[in-house]
Amino acid sequence: MRLVRIIERMLGAIPVVLGVLIIVFFFMRLLPGDPVEIMLGDTSASKREMDSLRAELHLDKPVYEQLWLFVSGVARGDLGTSLDKRKPVATLLAETLPPTIELTLAIFLVAILIALPVGVFTALKPGSWFDRTTMTGALLGISMPNFWFGLILILFFSVHLGWFPTSGQIAATLDLEKITGFLTVDALLTGNWAAFKDVLRHLFLPATTLGVAFAAIMARVIRSSMLETMRMEYVVAARAKGVSEPMVVVRHALRNAMIPVVTVAGLEVGMLLGGNMIVETIFSWPGLGRLVVSSIFSRDYVVVQCAVMLYALTYVAANLIVDIIYTFLNPKIEL
Amino acid sequence: MGNIAHAVALQANLTTRSIFSVGQELRKNIAAAIAAVVVGLYILMAVFAPALAPYPPNETALAERLQPPGAEHWLGTDGLGRDIFSRCLYGARVSILVGFLAVTLCVVFGVSLGLMAGFYRGRLDSIFSRFSELLMAFPYLISAIAMMAFLGPGFFNLVWALALRGWVEFFRLSRGDTLAQQTREYVDAARSLGLSGWQIMLNEILPNIVPSIIVLATLRVGFMIVLEASLSFLGVGIPPSIPAWGSMISEGRGVLFIAWWVSTLPGIILMVLVLAINLLGEGLREVLDPRLKVQT
Repeated sequence: MRLVRIIERMLGAIPVVLGVLIIVFFFMRLLPGDPVEIMLGDTSASKREMDSLRAELHLDKPVYEQLWLFVSGVARGDLGTSLDKRKPVATLLAETLPPTIELTLAIFLVAILIALPVGVFTALKPGSWFDRTTMTGALLGISMPNFWFGLILILFFSVHLGWFPTSGQIAATLDLEKITGFLTVDALLTGNWAAFKDVLRHLFLPATTLGVAFAAIMARVIRSSMLETMRMEYVVAARAKGVSEPMVVVRHALRNAMIPVVTVAGLEVGMLLGGNMIVETIFSWPGLGRLVVSSIFSRDYVVVQCAVMLYALTYVAANLIVDIIYTFLNPKIEL
Repeated sequence: MGNIAHAVALQANLTTRSIFSVGQELRKNIAAAIAAVVVGLYILMAVFAPALAPYPPNETALAERLQPPGAEHWLGTDGLGRDIFSRCLYGARVSILVGFLAVTLCVVFGVSLGLMAGFYRGRLDSIFSRFSELLMAFPYLISAIAMMAFLGPGFFNLVWALALRGWVEFFRLSRGDTLAQQTREYVDAARSLGLSGWQIMLNEILPNIVPSIIVLATLRVGFMIVLEASLSFLGVGIPPSIPAWGSMISEGRGVLFIAWWVSTLPGIILMVLVLAINLLGEGLREVLDPRLKVQT
């Protein structure tokens, strides 16, 4: 039964995906100005160059045909060619995606390591000094612009203490054979411990920058959700049954408390994706976010358009996964 | 003082009286009260920036580049010798104005569409609901960056780019609230009195959904200010000719190793404002929206 529901939910995402494609498609065409003129911008391009670019982007065709070419192109994995880098956009995305995924997973890890214990312990002793300090800290973390926090981390850990590198993914002197594109995995596969350590050192500051901000949001959600479940009758019943307190917290309360937490995590994936762009720019991380920002400045709008689409689809996929996790956390929930 | 205020409150109409009582309640929450004062100070700083700033914000003095904070320049100078304190004062104007304007646009569009969708239901509701769900797939910063990429840096471009995605939350909140209020007896009573749909929406339902809108709007002002700074930091927000906190922090990146204050201090000024707005929003929520409907 569960499988049927999951498949139904996945099919339900198809119209959303199509909607995202249509919004991305019309986005470039509805904004004021001729996209070709904006893209060629200051380069004083000739009429012939403009016409050839227009033909390359299919802008000389009727709109419905353009839409069809775009959607069918996406389905085939043909996303067009980057004007600036003269490479297929699909290749560019495939190159930049592994570093971004690697960074995002590291951010998640940092966030969970901080938020889970903080959220649970503050909920067990609401009003205590630990609760008040950490929750004030969490509000500070939410109010703090993450680009500024990244610079503060650089200032302290790199400039002052000299512990961590400030940019890139791996030291240029180290040689690492690329297999998966995920440098931590590649280093482990090839048994290259020096590279593995170096990659982790590079990962630390960018992951902490966004991980702390994400932890601040999640700790608050975990706390309030735990407070709610700890009052539930089944928790009281478990205690009455003589279940030990750690077991009550972990097995009975936490599992149920995670349901709203997972929802918020899904919604906040958007914050993570946007934040990636900033963190990758600060730490010169060779991922998707930095590609988007540099493409904006080189007016490479084909890349911007596809990256925006990829971000939106990631968001849709993340929330699909959240819905599926739901069914495992609480089998009673219908999708 | 208290007596006069009390007398005024008694004479005032319902709306101002409830604003007064909210103020009373807020004063009990010390953090929120301090936050309200801080926000007020920032607004005063922004309004009187020309009178308060010791130097013109864009005046360069290469002989005085990268001066550390001191008596001459309270917050030091940047790489072009510009006084950081004066630029921060002017930066407050940009941040506060962008935050308020963007949220105002969001409220106007989001709440009026949400009221209508929740009240009339039908096709209008399903079109806007589906559309808002689609827009939610585009993360804030990403949709704003994409739009700014095409529109180019500019004050009003930025306000529109922020509002483009921001109205969705106000739409969803006010639509949901309107749906819930519809089932209440007072709406039936208003209907049986023969009030028109518009009268019911504006005079009956709207006042009842305003509290949660105020809470969300307050929290969103802080959020929009951070977004504006993020976009200006990336170079796609406010044009460089206007002093803005985000671009000031970005300019300090290049000299981070020799002059820590250029990036750090505008960041602290930004953070204090956003923290104050968030605390105020939380305080307002406890008073106005105790069922904790609005997610932060």
